[in-house]
Amino acid sequence: MEQFVAVKRSKDGQPVRYLVVDDSVFARKNLGRMIETFGGQVAGEAGDGVTAITEYERLKPDIVLMDITMPQMEGIEAAEKIVQQHPEARIVMVSSVGYQENIVAALQRGARHFVQKPVKPEVLYEVIKYVMGEDGTAAHAAGAGA
Amino acid sequence: MKMELIQPFINAADAVLAQGLHCTTSVGNLTMDQEAYRRKGVAALIWVTGDIEGRIVIDLDPDTAVRVASKFAGAELPESDELVRETVCELANQVIGNAVTSLNDQGFHFRVHPPVVHTSEHGPKSSEDTEALVICFETGIGNVFLNIALRHNSSRQPERAAAVGH
Repeated sequence: MEQFVAVKRSKDGQPVRYLVVDDSVFARKNLGRMIETFGGQVAGEAGDGVTAITEYERLKPDIVLMDITMPQMEGIEAAEKIVQQHPEARIVMVSSVGYQENIVAALQRGARHFVQKPVKPEVLYEVIKYVMGEDGTAAHAAGAGA
Repeated sequence: MKMELIQPFINAADAVLAQGLHCTTSVGNLTMDQEAYRRKGVAALIWVTGDIEGRIVIDLDPDTAVRVASKFAGAELPESDELVRETVCELANQVIGNAVTSLNDQGFHFRVHPPVVHTSEHGPKSSEDTEALVICFETGIGNVFLNIALRHNSSRQPERAAAVGH
């Protein structure tokens, strides 16, 4: 898998911490591998919206990658509940269901961006940089290939 | 079952498989099935509800599933039942999600339910108005079967016609 210039937190130069929410273990592992190539760290995983909320409270990640279609509580509702409590939360919806209505609903309820599956690493990387904004810096890690 | 409903699934499967497997795919056998669904390997079933109702099954043999999982992951993965099931479910999720996205943008409104692994030998039998179309996608690493049984939800047709201005 392609290696990207690492995106670090501007405030302390530490890796960006991610919470990966998807009911598919396979999808979570795939996203985890991409996050590694971005120089990030998977702080935690959740398989449904309810667990995502409790894991967000526990981990306070820099970014949440959130699927939409999940059991118990869907991703858009979970995103809304997280953002109500934590307006600073950076949530990127990652779903195969990418019609306009869904995207608009997600953005209106607090998500910062939307990436359609199958996820292209270069697309997700650009979205991460955009969503981190000034709180993130892309810099070569010592010894890491670009 | 109208072609306007089927084509987005063919396009989505083609695109998802081509991107994930880094190869071209071709549509092989295409058959109509009015008998009970007979599983070929490991299958994931997704129900859709809304303007169009029914189910779609993605089905592949375990060896192909491991090869597909490895290609999607970009690394050789060891064979395990869980990996195979997860791969088939995620593949189904992506193909159906992309197809539903396309149909939704055409004015059809759906709800996609999370995929469930279909382990029984037979599935729900299709009926006169939910005949199943079975499409075989031939890839360089094995065949992937898409079994689609959808029908218009007649109770929602006036609603949709009003929505699209017909």
